[in-house]
Amino acid sequence: MICHSELVSESRKTNMTEQIQHIDQKLFEILETVSDPEIPVLSIMEMGVVRSAKNENGIVHVQITPTYSGCPAMDVIGDDIKKAFREKGLVAKIELVLSPAWTTDWITPKGRAELEKYGIAAPLSETADKEALLGNKKLVKCPQCGSLNTKLVSQFGSTACKAFFQCEECLEPFDYFKCLK
Amino acid sequence: MKNNLIQYILGIADNSLILGQRLGELCGHGPSLETDIALTNISLDLLGQTRSYFQYVAKLQGDNATEDTVAFLRLEGDYKNVLLVEQPNTDFGYSIARQFLFDIFHLSLLNELQNSPDETLAAIAKKSIKEVSYHTRFSTDWIRRLGDGTEESHNRIQSAINDLWIFTDELFHQTEADKIMVSEGVGVDVTKLKSDYYKTVNTILKESTLQIPTIEYFQKGGKNGVHSEHMGYILTELQYIQRTYPNMTW
Repeated sequence: MICHSELVSESRKTNMTEQIQHIDQKLFEILETVSDPEIPVLSIMEMGVVRSAKNENGIVHVQITPTYSGCPAMDVIGDDIKKAFREKGLVAKIELVLSPAWTTDWITPKGRAELEKYGIAAPLSETADKEALLGNKKLVKCPQCGSLNTKLVSQFGSTACKAFFQCEECLEPFDYFKCLK
Repeated sequence: MKNNLIQYILGIADNSLILGQRLGELCGHGPSLETDIALTNISLDLLGQTRSYFQYVAKLQGDNATEDTVAFLRLEGDYKNVLLVEQPNTDFGYSIARQFLFDIFHLSLLNELQNSPDETLAAIAKKSIKEVSYHTRFSTDWIRRLGDGTEESHNRIQSAINDLWIFTDELFHQTEADKIMVSEGVGVDVTKLKSDYYKTVNTILKESTLQIPTIEYFQKGGKNGVHSEHMGYILTELQYIQRTYPNMTW
């Protein structure tokens, strides 16, 4: 058995109290191969959208939770999970759960690093996020050049979970993954 | 009891459905790329919330009900949304004013609904509240920018606020089903949200150098299925595919 919260750094642990996932190692490995259709470098385990997975009499019951209510990726993620299990000869049943609601704190440290590498700035803390999105302070770091001299272009970006920024040093536009708490 | 609960949920969900549909009309037609994306993102959130409510309604209805039959196969009088959300996207000022006047209400409603003993409603509210906080931030920000902007933007947002003000009182009306669900402890007593609503709205309007309308005659009807002339057009578009090709699926 692997407890997912063990993979999370100490500083984030306080926010993880609701995130207790007990997922069998074998199932974990299969779930890890499923990626977020909108951020393909990120596995759904790193996103923290899988709530539980249990193998009961040959049927794998997987609970997933949406990042945003209208996120069109959820249907695709459900289908991709089924497909990943089918390839291993297992049948998966997907259940969408809303409570407790997903938060960006559930993105794992590895997931955050993957986001940055892919060119998406990882979510800041709740207070810093608000300051950044109201355009009060320059706090979002450019994932390309690392400069903090960035500006908000739009509070809403290419998907429900992102805002749009531009770096004033290297001039690259980039996505910022909004903090959701 | 079950039917009252269904009617109560539709009273909340239909607001999100119809406003989501209205905002969806702006996809590709927003005044700038950023606002276009923002308004359609808000639409997506609202339609996502609607799906959660409708899935619950379909489960309560049983038989062969699905979220799609609830969304697409009702008659105009069966939709319980307030008149405010069906008002058209006359110009960007109207879309923002409508959004602002609804968001402030929506946020306070969800804030109470998250404490409902009905676990499904509480879970949907808890999920939605995070999204609606963001909508509120967006619409409030634009009220300030337009109100305290140029003479043109000030005048246009003022006239939108003036025109839409008559629809605000209905947000705090209760249907018979609402009253029953409040007495059961499941529903939110919206009458109690009214004074805080106007306090918040008035403060933001003042900060935005806008006048608070002094209208005493308000419009109502949507909550009981009596809609404005706009509703038929909205439903014609919303229901087109299901009415033309019954039972069609993606």
